Amino acid sequence: MQRIATRDAYGRALAALGRLYDDIVVLDADLSKSTKTSDFAKEFPERFFNAGIAEQNMIGMAAGLATTGKKVFASSFAIFAVGRAFEQVRNSIAYARLNVKICASHAGITVGEDGGSHQAIEDIALMRSLPHMTVIVPADGVSTEKAVLAAYQHEGPVYMRLGRPAVPVLYDESLDFKIGKGIEVRPGKDVTIIACGIMVGKALEAAEVLAGEGIDVAVVDMHTIKPLDEELLIRKAEETRAILTVEEHNIIGGLGSAVCEVVSEKCPVPVKRMGINDVFGQSGKVDELLEHYGLTVAEICNNVHNLLQIKS
Amino acid sequence: MRAINAEVIRNLEAKARVLRGHILRMLTQAGSGHTGGSLSAADIVACLYFWEMNIDPQNPRDPNRDRFVLSKGHAAPVLYAALAEKGFFPQEMLSTLRKLGSPLQGHPDMKKLPGVEASTGSLGQGISWAVGMALGGKLDNRDYRVYALLGDGELQEGMVWEAFMAAAHYKLDNLVAIIDHNGLQIDGRISEVMSPEPVGDKLNAFGWEVISIDGHNIEEILKALEEARKVKGKPTAIVAETVKGKGVSFMENRVEWHGVAPKEEELKRALSELGLA
Repeated sequence: MQRIATRDAYGRALAALGRLYDDIVVLDADLSKSTKTSDFAKEFPERFFNAGIAEQNMIGMAAGLATTGKKVFASSFAIFAVGRAFEQVRNSIAYARLNVKICASHAGITVGEDGGSHQAIEDIALMRSLPHMTVIVPADGVSTEKAVLAAYQHEGPVYMRLGRPAVPVLYDESLDFKIGKGIEVRPGKDVTIIACGIMVGKALEAAEVLAGEGIDVAVVDMHTIKPLDEELLIRKAEETRAILTVEEHNIIGGLGSAVCEVVSEKCPVPVKRMGINDVFGQSGKVDELLEHYGLTVAEICNNVHNLLQIKS
Repeated sequence: MRAINAEVIRNLEAKARVLRGHILRMLTQAGSGHTGGSLSAADIVACLYFWEMNIDPQNPRDPNRDRFVLSKGHAAPVLYAALAEKGFFPQEMLSTLRKLGSPLQGHPDMKKLPGVEASTGSLGQGISWAVGMALGGKLDNRDYRVYALLGDGELQEGMVWEAFMAAAHYKLDNLVAIIDHNGLQIDGRISEVMSPEPVGDKLNAFGWEVISIDGHNIEEILKALEEARKVKGKPTAIVAETVKGKGVSFMENRVEWHGVAPKEEELKRALSELGLA
Protein backbone atom coordinates (compact mmCIF):
# COMPACT_ATOMS: atom_id res chain seq x y z
CA MET A 1 0.00 0.00 0.00
CA GLN A 2 1.22 3.47 -0.91
CA ARG A 3 2.12 5.64 2.05
CA ILE A 4 2.54 9.39 2.33
CA ALA A 5 2.58 11.83 5.26
CA THR A 6 -0.28 14.30 5.28
CA ARG A 7 2.28 17.10 5.66
CA ASP A 8 3.93 16.01 2.42
CA ALA A 9 0.57 16.07 0.68
CA TYR A 10 -0.03 19.54 2.12
CA GLY A 11 3.25 20.84 0.71
CA ARG A 12 2.44 19.49 -2.73
CA ALA A 13 -1.12 20.77 -2.67
CA LEU A 14 -0.03 24.21 -1.57
CA ALA A 15 2.49 24.53 -4.38
CA ALA A 16 -0.14 23.35 -6.84
CA LEU A 17 -2.62 25.93 -5.54
CA GLY A 18 0.07 28.57 -5.87
CA ARG A 19 0.22 27.83 -9.58
CA LEU A 20 -3.54 28.33 -9.90
CA TYR A 21 -4.16 31.30 -7.64
CA ASP A 22 -2.20 34.53 -7.25
CA ASP A 23 -3.82 35.50 -3.97
CA ILE A 24 -2.26 32.72 -1.89
CA VAL A 25 0.39 33.84 0.55
CA VAL A 26 2.24 31.38 2.79
CA LEU A 27 3.84 32.02 6.17
CA ASP A 28 5.99 29.76 8.25
CA ALA A 29 7.96 30.07 11.48
CA ASP A 30 11.34 28.54 10.61
CA LEU A 31 9.94 25.05 10.10
CA SER A 32 9.19 25.20 6.39
CA LYS A 33 11.29 22.13 5.60
CA SER A 34 9.29 20.12 8.12
CA THR A 35 5.84 21.56 7.50
CA LYS A 36 6.60 21.29 3.76
CA THR A 37 5.68 24.87 2.99
CA SER A 38 9.18 24.89 1.50
CA ASP A 39 7.64 23.39 -1.66
CA PHE A 40 5.67 26.59 -2.10
CA ALA A 41 8.55 28.81 -0.96
CA LYS A 42 10.86 27.38 -3.63
CA GLU A 43 8.39 28.03 -6.41
CA PHE A 44 6.95 31.33 -5.19
CA PRO A 45 9.58 33.02 -3.00
CA GLU A 46 7.89 36.42 -3.42
CA ARG A 47 4.70 35.11 -1.83
CA PHE A 48 6.37 33.26 1.02
CA PHE A 49 7.29 34.99 4.27
CA ASN A 50 9.33 33.38 6.98
CA ALA A 51 8.38 34.86 10.34
CA GLY A 52 11.36 33.29 12.02
CA ILE A 53 10.87 31.59 15.37
CA ALA A 54 8.05 33.96 16.27
CA GLU A 55 4.69 32.25 15.94
CA GLN A 56 2.66 34.98 17.62
CA ASN A 57 3.83 37.59 15.13
CA MET A 58 3.32 35.10 12.30
CA ILE A 59 -0.36 34.83 13.19
CA GLY A 60 -0.66 38.61 13.50
CA MET A 61 1.02 39.14 10.13
CA ALA A 62 -1.33 36.56 8.65
CA ALA A 63 -4.27 38.65 9.94
CA GLY A 64 -2.85 41.83 8.42
CA LEU A 65 -2.18 40.15 5.08
CA ALA A 66 -5.69 38.71 5.06
CA THR A 67 -7.15 42.21 5.37
CA THR A 68 -5.42 43.09 2.10
CA GLY A 69 -7.34 40.35 0.30
CA LYS A 70 -4.77 37.57 0.53
CA LYS A 71 -5.67 33.99 1.35
CA VAL A 72 -3.06 33.21 3.93
CA PHE A 73 -1.77 29.75 4.83
CA ALA A 74 0.25 29.86 8.04
CA SER A 75 2.17 26.81 9.18
CA SER A 76 4.22 25.58 12.08
CA PHE A 77 4.10 22.56 14.33
CA ALA A 78 0.69 22.17 16.00
CA ILE A 79 2.18 22.71 19.44
CA PHE A 80 3.36 26.20 18.43
CA ALA A 81 0.75 27.31 15.88
CA VAL A 82 -2.05 26.45 18.28
CA GLY A 83 -0.39 26.40 21.67
CA ARG A 84 2.14 29.21 21.55
CA ALA A 85 -0.05 31.50 19.49
CA PHE A 86 -3.45 30.50 20.86
CA GLU A 87 -4.61 33.91 21.92
CA GLN A 88 -3.39 35.44 18.67
CA VAL A 89 -5.35 32.82 16.75
CA ARG A 90 -8.37 33.59 18.89
CA ASN A 91 -8.35 37.37 18.72
CA SER A 92 -6.57 38.12 15.46
CA ILE A 93 -7.98 35.30 13.32
CA ALA A 94 -11.15 33.75 14.74
CA TYR A 95 -12.66 36.85 16.39
CA ALA A 96 -11.90 38.90 13.28
CA ARG A 97 -13.15 36.05 11.06
CA LEU A 98 -10.29 36.39 8.62
CA ASN A 99 -9.32 34.24 5.68
CA VAL A 100 -6.38 32.57 7.38
CA LYS A 101 -5.77 28.84 7.14
CA ILE A 102 -3.64 27.55 9.98
CA CYS A 103 -2.18 24.30 8.72
CA ALA A 104 -0.19 22.74 11.50
CA SER A 105 1.95 19.67 11.13
CA HIS A 106 3.54 17.33 13.67
CA ALA A 107 0.31 16.98 15.63
CA GLY A 108 -0.28 14.19 18.11
CA ILE A 109 2.10 11.64 19.60
CA THR A 110 3.31 10.50 16.18
CA VAL A 111 5.77 13.38 16.31
CA GLY A 112 7.81 10.55 17.79
CA GLU A 113 11.29 10.97 19.19
CA ASP A 114 11.06 14.72 19.92
CA GLY A 115 8.89 13.78 22.87
CA GLY A 116 5.98 15.11 24.89
CA SER A 117 6.93 18.79 24.77
CA HIS A 118 6.41 18.73 21.01
CA GLN A 119 3.40 16.44 20.79
CA ALA A 120 0.22 18.52 20.61
CA ILE A 121 -2.64 16.46 22.05
CA GLU A 122 -4.96 19.37 22.81
CA ASP A 123 -5.04 21.31 19.54
CA ILE A 124 -8.40 20.00 18.31
CA ALA A 125 -10.00 20.87 21.65
CA LEU A 126 -8.60 24.38 21.58
CA MET A 127 -9.43 25.09 17.97
CA ARG A 128 -12.94 23.71 17.99
CA SER A 129 -13.85 25.84 21.00
CA LEU A 130 -13.31 29.00 18.93
CA PRO A 131 -16.36 30.52 17.22
CA HIS A 132 -15.96 30.86 13.41
CA MET A 133 -13.18 28.25 13.31
CA THR A 134 -13.46 25.27 10.99
CA VAL A 135 -11.42 22.26 12.11
CA ILE A 136 -10.22 19.63 9.63
CA VAL A 137 -8.17 16.51 10.34
CA PRO A 138 -7.45 14.70 7.06
CA ALA A 139 -6.78 10.97 7.13
CA ASP A 140 -4.47 10.49 4.17
CA GLY A 141 -2.58 12.18 1.37
CA VAL A 142 -5.43 12.33 -1.12
CA SER A 143 -7.93 13.80 1.31
CA THR A 144 -5.32 16.27 2.52
CA GLU A 145 -4.79 17.59 -1.00
CA LYS A 146 -8.52 18.00 -1.45
CA ALA A 147 -8.88 19.55 2.00
CA VAL A 148 -6.27 22.18 1.14
CA LEU A 149 -8.27 23.23 -1.92
CA ALA A 150 -11.49 23.21 0.13
CA ALA A 151 -9.83 25.35 2.79
CA TYR A 152 -8.71 27.82 0.13
CA GLN A 153 -12.26 28.05 -1.20
CA HIS A 154 -13.79 28.36 2.26
CA GLU A 155 -14.50 31.90 3.45
CA GLY A 156 -13.11 32.29 6.94
CA PRO A 157 -10.60 30.75 9.30
CA VAL A 158 -9.62 27.09 9.09
CA TYR A 159 -7.46 24.92 11.30
CA MET A 160 -6.01 21.88 9.56
CA ARG A 161 -4.19 19.20 11.56
CA LEU A 162 -1.41 17.39 9.76
CA GLY A 163 0.87 14.56 10.78
CA ARG A 164 4.55 13.79 10.57
CA PRO A 165 4.76 10.08 9.66
CA ALA A 166 3.83 8.45 6.37
CA VAL A 167 0.38 6.88 6.53
CA PRO A 168 -1.48 4.62 4.09
CA VAL A 169 -3.27 6.25 1.17
CA LEU A 170 -6.96 5.40 1.61
CA TYR A 171 -8.61 7.26 -1.23
CA ASP A 172 -8.21 7.74 -4.93
CA GLU A 173 -8.70 10.86 -6.97
CA SER A 174 -12.44 10.25 -7.26
CA LEU A 175 -12.87 11.26 -3.61
CA ASP A 176 -15.53 13.91 -3.16
CA PHE A 177 -14.22 15.93 -0.21
CA LYS A 178 -16.58 18.46 1.34
CA ILE A 179 -15.94 20.42 4.52
CA GLY A 180 -18.48 19.31 7.11
CA LYS A 181 -19.42 16.09 5.31
CA GLY A 182 -18.01 12.94 6.90
CA ILE A 183 -17.17 9.98 4.69
CA GLU A 184 -18.67 6.57 5.36
CA VAL A 185 -15.63 4.67 4.21
CA ARG A 186 -17.09 1.31 5.05
CA PRO A 187 -20.71 0.40 5.68
CA GLY A 188 -21.64 -1.84 8.59
CA LYS A 189 -24.51 -2.57 10.96
CA ASP A 190 -23.06 -3.74 14.29
CA VAL A 191 -20.95 -0.81 15.55
CA THR A 192 -19.85 2.50 13.95
CA ILE A 193 -16.24 3.50 14.35
CA ILE A 194 -15.83 7.24 13.94
CA ALA A 195 -12.22 8.20 13.44
CA CYS A 196 -10.12 11.08 12.19
CA GLY A 197 -6.59 11.56 10.96
CA ILE A 198 -4.24 8.64 11.03
CA MET A 199 -6.68 6.55 13.06
CA VAL A 200 -9.01 6.14 10.07
CA GLY A 201 -6.53 3.75 8.51
CA LYS A 202 -6.25 1.79 11.75
CA ALA A 203 -10.05 1.65 12.04
CA LEU A 204 -10.31 0.20 8.56
CA GLU A 205 -7.71 -2.43 9.43
CA ALA A 206 -9.65 -3.29 12.58
CA ALA A 207 -12.87 -3.55 10.57
CA GLU A 208 -11.18 -6.13 8.34
CA VAL A 209 -10.09 -8.17 11.34
CA LEU A 210 -13.56 -7.99 12.87
CA ALA A 211 -15.18 -8.98 9.57
CA GLY A 212 -13.18 -12.19 9.82
CA GLU A 213 -14.97 -12.82 13.13
CA GLY A 214 -18.36 -12.14 11.56
CA ILE A 215 -18.66 -8.63 13.07
CA ASP A 216 -19.92 -6.01 10.64
CA VAL A 217 -18.39 -2.66 11.55
CA ALA A 218 -18.99 0.68 9.84
CA VAL A 219 -16.11 3.14 9.57
CA VAL A 220 -16.63 6.89 9.23
CA ASP A 221 -13.81 9.28 8.37
CA MET A 222 -14.96 12.35 10.30
CA HIS A 223 -12.37 14.63 8.74
CA THR A 224 -14.23 17.78 9.75
CA ILE A 225 -14.50 18.00 13.52
CA LYS A 226 -16.20 21.37 13.23
CA PRO A 227 -18.77 21.81 11.87
CA LEU A 228 -19.50 18.18 12.72
CA ASP A 229 -21.60 16.16 10.28
CA GLU A 230 -24.50 15.66 12.67
CA GLU A 231 -26.74 14.17 10.03
CA LEU A 232 -24.36 11.32 9.26
CA LEU A 233 -23.56 10.89 12.94
CA ILE A 234 -27.20 10.55 13.99
CA ARG A 235 -27.96 8.23 11.10
CA LYS A 236 -25.09 5.93 12.06
CA ALA A 237 -26.10 6.07 15.74
CA GLU A 238 -29.62 5.01 14.78
CA GLU A 239 -28.42 2.27 12.44
CA THR A 240 -25.80 0.65 14.65
CA ARG A 241 -26.83 1.74 18.18
CA ALA A 242 -23.18 1.85 19.33
CA ILE A 243 -20.28 4.16 18.51
CA LEU A 244 -16.55 3.95 18.99
CA THR A 245 -14.52 7.12 18.44
CA VAL A 246 -10.80 6.91 17.72
CA GLU A 247 -8.39 9.82 17.59
CA GLU A 248 -4.75 10.64 18.17
CA HIS A 249 -5.64 13.41 20.61
CA ASN A 250 -6.43 13.82 24.25
CA ILE A 251 -9.60 12.01 25.21
CA ILE A 252 -10.80 15.36 26.51
CA GLY A 253 -12.17 17.86 24.02
CA GLY A 254 -11.46 16.23 20.68
CA LEU A 255 -13.45 14.13 18.21
CA GLY A 256 -14.83 11.83 20.91
CA SER A 257 -16.12 14.74 22.94
CA ALA A 258 -17.64 16.36 19.86
CA VAL A 259 -19.43 13.11 18.97
CA CYS A 260 -20.71 12.65 22.54
CA GLU A 261 -22.07 16.19 22.60
CA VAL A 262 -24.28 15.45 19.61
CA VAL A 263 -25.19 11.83 20.32
CA SER A 264 -26.09 12.39 23.97
CA GLU A 265 -28.52 15.15 23.04
CA LYS A 266 -29.96 13.87 19.80
CA CYS A 267 -29.70 10.08 19.73
CA PRO A 268 -28.32 8.60 22.95
CA VAL A 269 -26.52 5.31 22.31
CA PRO A 270 -23.44 3.82 24.02
CA VAL A 271 -20.24 5.63 22.99
CA LYS A 272 -16.69 4.57 23.80
CA ARG A 273 -13.90 7.09 23.23
CA MET A 274 -10.39 5.99 22.32
CA GLY A 275 -7.58 8.53 22.42
CA ILE A 276 -4.71 9.65 24.59
CA ASN A 277 -5.98 9.16 28.12
CA ASP A 278 -5.24 12.63 29.49
CA VAL A 279 -1.49 12.13 29.74
CA PHE A 280 1.39 13.80 27.95
CA GLY A 281 3.36 11.88 25.35
CA GLN A 282 7.03 10.92 25.41
CA SER A 283 9.94 10.08 23.11
CA GLY A 284 9.77 6.91 21.10
CA LYS A 285 9.23 5.47 17.67
CA VAL A 286 5.84 6.11 16.10
CA ASP A 287 4.66 2.50 16.31
CA GLU A 288 5.99 2.08 19.84
CA LEU A 289 4.10 5.18 20.93
CA LEU A 290 0.84 4.13 19.30
CA GLU A 291 1.22 0.76 21.01
CA HIS A 292 2.10 2.32 24.37
CA TYR A 293 -0.90 4.65 24.33
CA GLY A 294 -3.26 1.96 23.12
CA LEU A 295 -3.99 3.36 19.67
CA THR A 296 -3.77 0.01 17.90
CA VAL A 297 -5.88 -2.24 15.70
CA ALA A 298 -6.07 -4.77 18.55
CA GLU A 299 -7.34 -2.17 21.00
CA ILE A 300 -9.96 -0.97 18.51
CA CYS A 301 -11.13 -4.58 18.16
CA ASN A 302 -11.30 -4.99 21.96
CA ASN A 303 -13.41 -1.88 22.28
CA VAL A 304 -15.78 -3.02 19.55
CA HIS A 305 -16.22 -6.32 21.41
CA ASN A 306 -16.99 -4.44 24.62
CA LEU A 307 -19.51 -2.22 22.88
CA LEU A 308 -21.25 -5.27 21.40
CA GLN A 309 -21.56 -6.70 24.91
CA ILE A 310 -23.04 -3.46 26.22
CA LYS A 311 -25.46 -3.41 23.29
CA SER A 312 -26.69 -6.95 23.97
CA MET B 1 3.11 67.78 -0.45
CA ARG B 2 0.66 70.18 1.19
CA ALA B 3 2.23 72.95 3.19
CA ILE B 4 2.11 72.87 6.97
CA ASN B 5 1.19 76.38 8.07
CA ALA B 6 -0.26 78.16 11.07
CA GLU B 7 -3.83 77.71 9.88
CA VAL B 8 -3.42 73.98 9.36
CA ILE B 9 -1.99 73.68 12.85
CA ARG B 10 -4.79 75.77 14.36
CA ASN B 11 -7.42 73.65 12.64
CA LEU B 12 -5.87 70.42 13.82
CA GLU B 13 -5.59 71.75 17.36
CA ALA B 14 -9.29 72.51 17.22
CA LYS B 15 -10.03 69.08 15.80
CA ALA B 16 -8.07 67.41 18.60
CA ARG B 17 -10.13 69.41 21.10
CA VAL B 18 -13.32 68.19 19.45
CA LEU B 19 -12.05 64.59 19.63
CA ARG B 20 -11.33 65.05 23.34
CA GLY B 21 -14.87 66.32 23.83
CA HIS B 22 -16.32 63.26 22.08
CA ILE B 23 -14.07 60.96 24.12
CA LEU B 24 -15.15 62.45 27.43
CA ARG B 25 -18.84 62.53 26.54
CA MET B 26 -19.00 58.98 25.21
CA LEU B 27 -17.05 57.60 28.15
CA THR B 28 -19.32 59.36 30.60
CA GLN B 29 -22.37 57.92 28.86
CA ALA B 30 -20.80 54.46 28.76
CA GLY B 31 -19.93 54.63 32.44
CA SER B 32 -16.69 52.75 31.86
CA GLY B 33 -13.70 52.73 29.52
CA HIS B 34 -10.21 54.09 29.08
CA THR B 35 -9.98 57.82 29.47
CA GLY B 36 -6.30 58.62 30.05
CA GLY B 37 -4.84 56.79 27.06
CA SER B 38 -7.56 58.04 24.72
CA LEU B 39 -6.79 61.64 25.62
CA SER B 40 -3.02 61.20 25.34
CA ALA B 41 -3.42 60.01 21.72
CA ALA B 42 -5.93 62.66 20.59
CA ASP B 43 -3.44 65.01 18.90
CA ILE B 44 -1.69 62.17 17.07
CA VAL B 45 -4.98 60.70 15.87
CA ALA B 46 -6.25 64.12 14.78
CA CYS B 47 -3.12 64.62 12.66
CA LEU B 48 -3.46 61.17 11.08
CA TYR B 49 -7.15 61.36 10.23
CA PHE B 50 -7.42 65.03 9.32
CA TRP B 51 -4.12 65.61 7.58
CA GLU B 52 -1.89 62.66 6.94
CA MET B 53 -3.97 59.71 5.80
CA ASN B 54 -5.56 59.12 2.43
CA ILE B 55 -8.94 57.69 3.42
CA ASP B 56 -12.46 58.14 2.12
CA PRO B 57 -15.44 57.40 4.35
CA GLN B 58 -17.52 56.89 1.18
CA ASN B 59 -15.16 54.13 0.07
CA PRO B 60 -13.85 52.55 3.28
CA ARG B 61 -12.54 49.39 1.57
CA ASP B 62 -10.61 51.17 -1.19
CA PRO B 63 -7.56 48.90 -1.69
CA ASN B 64 -5.32 51.95 -2.04
CA ARG B 65 -6.36 53.59 1.22
CA ASP B 66 -3.92 54.25 4.01
CA ARG B 67 -4.46 52.08 7.08
CA PHE B 68 -4.53 52.96 10.75
CA VAL B 69 -4.19 50.22 13.33
CA LEU B 70 -4.95 51.11 16.93
CA SER B 71 -2.68 48.55 18.53
CA LYS B 72 -3.46 50.05 21.94
CA GLY B 73 -7.07 49.07 21.31
CA HIS B 74 -8.33 50.15 24.71
CA ALA B 75 -8.07 53.74 23.44
CA ALA B 76 -11.01 52.91 21.16
CA PRO B 77 -12.88 56.13 22.04
CA VAL B 78 -10.25 58.28 20.28
CA LEU B 79 -10.58 56.13 17.16
CA TYR B 80 -14.39 56.20 17.24
CA ALA B 81 -14.35 59.96 17.71
CA ALA B 82 -12.07 60.40 14.68
CA LEU B 83 -14.11 58.03 12.51
CA ALA B 84 -17.36 59.79 13.42
CA GLU B 85 -15.85 63.22 12.79
CA LYS B 86 -14.52 61.97 9.48
CA GLY B 87 -17.99 60.77 8.48
CA PHE B 88 -17.67 56.98 8.63
CA PHE B 89 -20.82 56.80 10.74
CA PRO B 90 -23.26 59.26 12.36
CA GLN B 91 -21.94 61.05 15.43
CA GLU B 92 -25.07 60.09 17.37
CA MET B 93 -23.73 56.54 17.41
CA LEU B 94 -20.92 57.62 19.73
CA SER B 95 -23.37 57.57 22.63
CA THR B 96 -23.82 53.81 22.17
CA LEU B 97 -20.22 53.06 23.19
CA ARG B 98 -19.95 49.79 25.16
CA LYS B 99 -23.71 49.21 25.08
CA LEU B 100 -25.30 45.89 24.14
CA GLY B 101 -25.63 45.53 20.37
CA SER B 102 -23.52 48.59 19.58
CA PRO B 103 -20.90 48.47 16.81
CA LEU B 104 -18.78 50.58 19.16
CA GLN B 105 -17.37 47.71 21.17
CA GLY B 106 -15.21 48.21 24.25
CA HIS B 107 -12.28 47.43 21.97
CA PRO B 108 -12.36 47.98 18.17
CA ASP B 109 -14.13 45.31 16.12
CA MET B 110 -13.48 45.59 12.39
CA LYS B 111 -16.47 43.41 11.57
CA LYS B 112 -18.88 45.74 13.29
CA LEU B 113 -17.81 49.27 12.41
CA PRO B 114 -16.76 50.76 9.06
CA GLY B 115 -13.35 52.40 9.11
CA VAL B 116 -11.94 50.10 11.78
CA GLU B 117 -9.04 48.33 10.08
CA ALA B 118 -8.17 45.77 12.73
CA SER B 119 -9.83 44.07 15.67
CA THR B 120 -7.45 45.00 18.43
CA GLY B 121 -7.35 45.33 22.17
CA SER B 122 -5.31 42.34 23.16
CA LEU B 123 -2.04 44.26 23.43
CA GLY B 124 0.80 43.55 21.05
CA GLN B 125 -1.29 42.11 18.25
CA GLY B 126 -2.09 45.26 16.28
CA ILE B 127 1.51 45.98 15.31
CA SER B 128 1.75 42.49 13.80
CA TRP B 129 -1.40 43.17 11.76
CA ALA B 130 0.20 46.42 10.60
CA VAL B 131 3.30 44.51 9.49
CA GLY B 132 1.06 42.13 7.53
CA MET B 133 -0.80 45.05 5.93
CA ALA B 134 2.47 46.70 4.94
CA LEU B 135 3.73 43.41 3.48
CA GLY B 136 0.49 43.13 1.51
CA GLY B 137 1.00 46.62 0.11
CA LYS B 138 4.52 45.78 -1.03
CA LEU B 139 3.33 42.52 -2.55
CA ASP B 140 0.66 44.27 -4.61
CA ASN B 141 2.85 47.26 -5.48
CA ARG B 142 0.40 49.63 -3.87
CA ASP B 143 1.76 52.80 -2.36
CA TYR B 144 -0.55 53.07 0.63
CA ARG B 145 0.95 53.61 4.06
CA VAL B 146 0.25 51.84 7.32
CA TYR B 147 0.19 53.60 10.69
CA ALA B 148 0.12 51.72 13.98
CA LEU B 149 -0.37 53.43 17.34
CA LEU B 150 1.10 51.58 20.32
CA GLY B 151 1.09 52.29 24.00
CA ASP B 152 4.39 52.38 25.83
CA GLY B 153 3.16 49.81 28.34
CA GLU B 154 2.25 47.65 25.36
CA LEU B 155 5.95 47.43 24.54
CA GLN B 156 6.21 44.96 27.41
CA GLU B 157 4.50 42.36 25.21
CA GLY B 158 7.19 40.16 23.65
CA MET B 159 5.20 39.89 20.45
CA VAL B 160 5.75 43.59 19.77
CA TRP B 161 9.47 42.98 19.38
CA GLU B 162 8.84 40.04 17.09
CA ALA B 163 6.86 42.44 14.92
CA PHE B 164 9.51 45.17 15.11
CA MET B 165 12.12 42.61 14.01
CA ALA B 166 9.97 41.47 11.09
CA ALA B 167 9.19 45.01 9.91
CA ALA B 168 12.87 45.88 9.68
CA HIS B 169 13.74 42.51 8.16
CA TYR B 170 11.22 43.05 5.39
CA LYS B 171 12.30 46.68 4.95
CA LEU B 172 8.79 48.01 5.38
CA ASP B 173 9.27 51.71 4.68
CA ASN B 174 5.51 51.97 4.18
CA LEU B 175 5.01 51.34 7.91
CA VAL B 176 5.06 53.90 10.70
CA ALA B 177 4.73 52.90 14.36
CA ILE B 178 3.82 55.71 16.72
CA ILE B 179 4.54 55.12 20.38
CA ASP B 180 2.18 56.99 22.70
CA HIS B 181 4.82 57.42 25.38
CA ASN B 182 2.75 58.65 28.29
CA GLY B 183 4.73 56.76 30.91
CA LEU B 184 1.78 55.19 32.71
CA GLN B 185 0.04 51.84 32.71
CA ILE B 186 -2.74 50.37 34.85
CA ASP B 187 -0.53 49.38 37.74
CA GLY B 188 1.58 52.54 37.83
CA ARG B 189 4.54 54.16 36.09
CA ILE B 190 5.95 51.99 33.30
CA SER B 191 9.41 52.65 34.73
CA GLU B 192 8.30 51.00 37.96
CA VAL B 193 6.10 48.20 36.62
CA MET B 194 8.47 46.98 33.88
CA SER B 195 10.60 49.51 32.11
CA PRO B 196 10.78 49.29 28.31
CA GLU B 197 13.39 52.07 28.24
CA PRO B 198 15.28 53.29 26.37
CA VAL B 199 12.46 52.95 23.82
CA GLY B 200 14.06 54.96 21.01
CA ASP B 201 17.44 53.25 21.32
CA LYS B 202 15.84 49.84 21.31
CA LEU B 203 13.82 50.57 18.18
CA ASN B 204 16.93 51.98 16.57
CA ALA B 205 18.81 48.80 17.43
CA PHE B 206 15.96 46.81 15.90
CA GLY B 207 16.62 48.55 12.59
CA TRP B 208 14.00 51.30 12.69
CA GLU B 209 14.38 54.97 11.85
CA VAL B 210 13.45 56.73 15.07
CA ILE B 211 12.00 60.23 15.41
CA SER B 212 11.33 61.64 18.87
CA ILE B 213 8.72 64.35 19.29
CA ASP B 214 6.33 66.06 21.64
CA GLY B 215 3.15 64.13 20.95
CA HIS B 216 0.96 67.11 21.74
CA ASN B 217 2.72 69.52 19.40
CA ILE B 218 0.78 69.41 16.14
CA GLU B 219 3.61 70.89 14.11
CA GLU B 220 6.09 68.31 15.42
CA ILE B 221 3.65 65.47 14.72
CA LEU B 222 3.04 66.64 11.16
CA LYS B 223 6.72 67.12 10.46
CA ALA B 224 7.58 63.69 11.85
CA LEU B 225 4.95 62.08 9.61
CA GLU B 226 6.35 64.00 6.65
CA GLU B 227 9.88 62.97 7.59
CA ALA B 228 8.78 59.32 7.78
CA ARG B 229 7.63 59.45 4.16
CA LYS B 230 11.21 60.20 3.10
CA VAL B 231 12.70 57.20 4.90
CA LYS B 232 13.49 54.38 2.47
CA GLY B 233 14.36 50.76 3.14
CA LYS B 234 13.23 50.64 6.76
CA PRO B 235 10.22 51.36 8.92
CA THR B 236 9.89 54.50 11.00
CA ALA B 237 9.03 54.78 14.67
CA ILE B 238 7.78 58.06 16.06
CA VAL B 239 8.32 58.12 19.80
CA ALA B 240 5.77 60.67 20.94
CA GLU B 241 6.19 62.07 24.43
CA THR B 242 2.69 62.47 25.75
CA VAL B 243 0.75 63.12 28.92
CA LYS B 244 -1.87 60.63 29.96
CA GLY B 245 -5.20 62.39 30.38
CA LYS B 246 -3.90 65.36 28.34
CA GLY B 247 -6.21 68.37 28.19
CA VAL B 248 -8.02 67.88 31.48
CA SER B 249 -6.06 69.20 34.46
CA PHE B 250 -7.37 66.75 37.00
CA MET B 251 -6.74 63.76 34.73
CA GLU B 252 -3.26 64.64 33.51
CA ASN B 253 -0.55 62.21 34.60
CA ARG B 254 -2.91 60.47 36.98
CA VAL B 255 -2.64 56.71 36.79
CA GLU B 256 -6.12 56.26 38.27
CA TRP B 257 -7.63 57.70 35.07
CA HIS B 258 -6.32 54.77 33.00
CA GLY B 259 -9.51 52.75 33.00
CA VAL B 260 -12.12 54.97 34.61
CA ALA B 261 -14.85 57.03 32.95
CA PRO B 262 -15.75 60.56 34.11
CA LYS B 263 -18.90 61.18 36.09
CA GLU B 264 -21.35 63.89 34.94
CA GLU B 265 -19.85 66.53 37.22
CA GLU B 266 -16.31 65.67 36.10
CA LEU B 267 -17.42 65.80 32.50
CA LYS B 268 -18.73 69.32 32.95
CA ARG B 269 -15.47 70.51 34.47
CA ALA B 270 -13.45 68.76 31.79
CA LEU B 271 -15.45 70.20 28.90
CA SER B 272 -15.27 73.64 30.40
CA GLU B 273 -11.48 73.37 30.67
CA LEU B 274 -11.36 72.38 27.01
CA GLY B 275 -13.55 75.33 26.10
CA LEU B 276 -16.27 72.99 24.87
CA ALA B 277 -18.89 73.53 27.53
